[in-house]
Amino acid sequence: MTGDRNPAAALGSVAWEPGVAKPDPILVVDGVRRTFGGLTAVDVDHLEVQRGVITALIGPNGAGKTTFFNLLTNFDEPDAGSRRFDGRDLDGVPAHKVANLGMVRTFQLTKSLSKMSVIENMRLGATHQRGESLWRSLIPSLWRAEERANTDRADALLQRFKLDHMREEFAGTLSGGQRKLLEMARALMVRPTMVMLDEPMAGVNPALKQSLLEHVKGLRDEGMTVLFVEHDMDMVQEISDWVVVMAEGRIIAEGPPASIGQNQAVVDAYLGSHHDAPLDLGDS
Amino acid sequence: MSMVLTMRPLRGAHLRLVFAAVIGALLLSTPSVVRAQDGDAEVKGSITDVDESGEKVGIAGVVIIATDADGNEAGRGETDAGGAWSITLPEGDYAIELDTSTLPEGSGLRNPDKNPVAISLIPGDSKSALFPLGESTVEADTTIQVVQLAVDGLKLGLIIAMCAIGLSLIYGTTGLTNFAHGEAVTFGAMIGFLLNVTGVFGYRMPLIAAAVVVVLVSGFAGWVFNRFVWAKMRRRGASLIAALVMSIGFSIFFRYVMLFQFGGRAGFYDDFRLQSKWDLVVFSVAPKDVVLMALSVAALVAVASALQFTRIGKAMRAVADNRDLAESSGIDVEQVISRVWIAGTALAGLGGVFLGVTESISWDMGFRILLLMFAGVTLGGLGTAYGALFGSIIVGMFIQLSTLIIPTDMKNVGALITLVVILLIRPQGLLGRKERIG
Amino acid sequence: MDWGAVLENTMRGLIGEQFVYFALAAIGLNIHFGYTGLLNFGQAVFMAAGAYGLAMAVATMGLNFWVGIVLGMAVFPLILSAIMGIPTLRLRADYLAIVTIAASEMFRIIARSPSLDKWTGSSDGLTAFATTFYDLSPFDRSQRYLFGLFIGNQMWVVLVGWVLVALAALVVWTLIRSPWGRVLKAIREDEDAARSLGKNAYWFKMQALMLGGVIGAAGGMLRAIGTQSAQPQNFITDVTFFAWVALILGGVAKVGGPILGAAILYGVLNFTDIVLRQMVESGIISSSIMNGTQVGQVRFMLIGLGLILLSAFRPQGVLGSKEEMALDDR
Repeated sequence: MTGDRNPAAALGSVAWEPGVAKPDPILVVDGVRRTFGGLTAVDVDHLEVQRGVITALIGPNGAGKTTFFNLLTNFDEPDAGSRRFDGRDLDGVPAHKVANLGMVRTFQLTKSLSKMSVIENMRLGATHQRGESLWRSLIPSLWRAEERANTDRADALLQRFKLDHMREEFAGTLSGGQRKLLEMARALMVRPTMVMLDEPMAGVNPALKQSLLEHVKGLRDEGMTVLFVEHDMDMVQEISDWVVVMAEGRIIAEGPPASIGQNQAVVDAYLGSHHDAPLDLGDS
Repeated sequence: MSMVLTMRPLRGAHLRLVFAAVIGALLLSTPSVVRAQDGDAEVKGSITDVDESGEKVGIAGVVIIATDADGNEAGRGETDAGGAWSITLPEGDYAIELDTSTLPEGSGLRNPDKNPVAISLIPGDSKSALFPLGESTVEADTTIQVVQLAVDGLKLGLIIAMCAIGLSLIYGTTGLTNFAHGEAVTFGAMIGFLLNVTGVFGYRMPLIAAAVVVVLVSGFAGWVFNRFVWAKMRRRGASLIAALVMSIGFSIFFRYVMLFQFGGRAGFYDDFRLQSKWDLVVFSVAPKDVVLMALSVAALVAVASALQFTRIGKAMRAVADNRDLAESSGIDVEQVISRVWIAGTALAGLGGVFLGVTESISWDMGFRILLLMFAGVTLGGLGTAYGALFGSIIVGMFIQLSTLIIPTDMKNVGALITLVVILLIRPQGLLGRKERIG
Repeated sequence: MDWGAVLENTMRGLIGEQFVYFALAAIGLNIHFGYTGLLNFGQAVFMAAGAYGLAMAVATMGLNFWVGIVLGMAVFPLILSAIMGIPTLRLRADYLAIVTIAASEMFRIIARSPSLDKWTGSSDGLTAFATTFYDLSPFDRSQRYLFGLFIGNQMWVVLVGWVLVALAALVVWTLIRSPWGRVLKAIREDEDAARSLGKNAYWFKMQALMLGGVIGAAGGMLRAIGTQSAQPQNFITDVTFFAWVALILGGVAKVGGPILGAAILYGVLNFTDIVLRQMVESGIISSSIMNGTQVGQVRFMLIGLGLILLSAFRPQGVLGSKEEMALDDR
């Protein structure tokens, strides 16, 4: 899948300013606003996410990152504004259809289905299964072959994510890091073009971090677009091609990872806020 | 986004003793209707009209027919020269119908849809069935009817609101959809019956004094119920679904204990049974209803002011709004919840007495009004105190006004359909916030 | 005390008509709650849909018996699912609970309303719609079968019931092992996770509501056939909770749970019923404590008590395991 071209190179000529246009955007956001009660959680004028690269979405606690994430994946509806994914308007599209369009998300608090086995979790990820129709599900011979193919694909992914030894365990018995891996692997079962990771490093022990990073890079190398929310600046520096900074619901800066540390607006936003206060707006 | 459906874990538990206590208390306190069999009962009334000079005159020769539950004629009576009539009947449920063909030319019933009237008789009863005559021209009637029904609806709505505030606040503070709240209403009505009609150690109280006792006893019962059941469930971290199913268990259990004790027949308080209505041109209203409505409004205003201005009231709203925030700002959440249970159950008990006065007392009265409470609370916005008030009044009015279109015996269906429609178009209710429902 | 009668009654509870009706209702409920997490407190209305679908088709409208079967087992419950599901399945779980229980109350009011008497027969209900069913009976009406437990017609109802229970269990067993069942379980555990993987949670919940409703309707229809009448009293709100107790007792999210639960439940209910009745009749319990009508009320108290005790002390039921699914989970 790895092409000769380097998609990140296309960002070289892009200006380092909030809301800047990109050469090949897969996701375009315009005037998206969301308020809770009287409080504006998200107010983004314009944002483009470049296809085929890893974009990090960072910001101090309470910046509205998770809310923004929910709005992008249609798990929440904005009060105003438009979102276009791959040229398609997402307004009014149900969340499950967004996933079927190729934009799959994970959650900050992992949603591994703990009372289902690891392999069942994986099989669930395959879309448009014949056996998911009520009528066809009654006749196993109609979906057995497809199930076997899905299982093979799932097993390959489990192997890649080093979860194959846990295949038959209940997902509830996995460690925090393993659940993150499982959630990512399961998202890949959907065959997405864009993967949205909400704090993939949260609660992951250091031993697993490196392999998680490699997996995220692996997604890009296979041609997928990755957008992730993260607090861990090491990870941001190491793997992202582009960084978007949010504060108080707005995009305050954009640029390559190296440029962000020197950006005055970013420094102000971080220093001016209580970085360690465990209050993250839009958490659910 | 996921549902956080766990009751908060706090400390250890023993639930068993509690059931024994609650059940014991109920069995002891529920009144039983073991009345002396002093023969048959009587239905009576008088048919009068107003002559040209404005004098009330009795109408003779009007036939009234009583039909029993199986549809057989059980007795009939004819008015005398003064318009009076009476029928003696054994105990049972009857439909009392005025034979309109025996009315003199030009006279008609003021409320044709209140003929026949349903009546339950127990031995020794002497009840009145009223058939007011009046102008039966359709146009005039509709306006009068609308005003009359709106007044009746307001009365019903105020009672629903009183009962529903506890339901809504308990939901708001603990997340529990308490299906047993209807039984708190029945419980109040029954305690009232025990004190006012059955008597305790041979002593009967006037209903007004009884109502005061009902408030105290209900409040105490609410405290007991929370302290020995729900607080324990919260401590164990029981899921909300388990708690909800449990509340249904309590609802059924209490309901049938009350049926067991009280019997299936409707009862009435000794006070305020029959009052001639004040005829206020466009509508008529019994003095007791005016008093009830005034008292309901007073109770609701008191609750609203308490919520708005007192420390505990503010704490209740804070807990309902955001429990964690309230807890971290130093509010003793468990204490607040306990007060909510006391106040909510006391109000429901009082509502039960009021409902018993305006309608009748029966073992499943609370369960029936529970669904109207749900409708009111959902309409107003689940978990908000003012929403419950507002929604309930609308539901009450809607129920009464809907009888203009649908048969009276199906009036509650209208309210329940509204509930479904509201969920369809504005699930957060009229005053609720969207975040609560998803 | 007549222990022979006690034994006979208990046996009938374990395998007889009531067991069959409520095993079906509870199997439907298991699809709703056990596998999908839907709080349906109106299973009695689905049962009523089956009963009245058949009864109204035959007795009111004079249609063919088999048309009645289709109305009662498909058309009525599907319409009902749509009415209850469309407004609520997007919302928090409690809303379906409230709407389903409200639907039960609506049913009671409408079915008993004298103004609809010519359609529903109001309080008396409808009769004379099941002759076709009994004409098909291979059993002799005047004979007793199965050690004298059932007379011919009952035996036929019970036999058909067993077949239906077995069929329903087989269907559930197959579905739950299919990708369709996997999506249901995912929704039960975390609806957002299912949606993030492209599953239309709303539609799957609707399908589950419909399927469980249809199975419940079969139970209700059989009850109407067995008692040869469709009466409001047999489908009041509280009837739903007999199915709930059966489900929780046997074990939520277990194929055999509702069946075992219904058997135990009616074994226990019939046992206490007959014992109490005999004690009242023989004067062991004096009439100042309890009379014949009050014995019937005791079973409802037991249902209430059962719900309380199960949710407090054994939310996983007899067959269930806490690891997989218990009432306590959500």
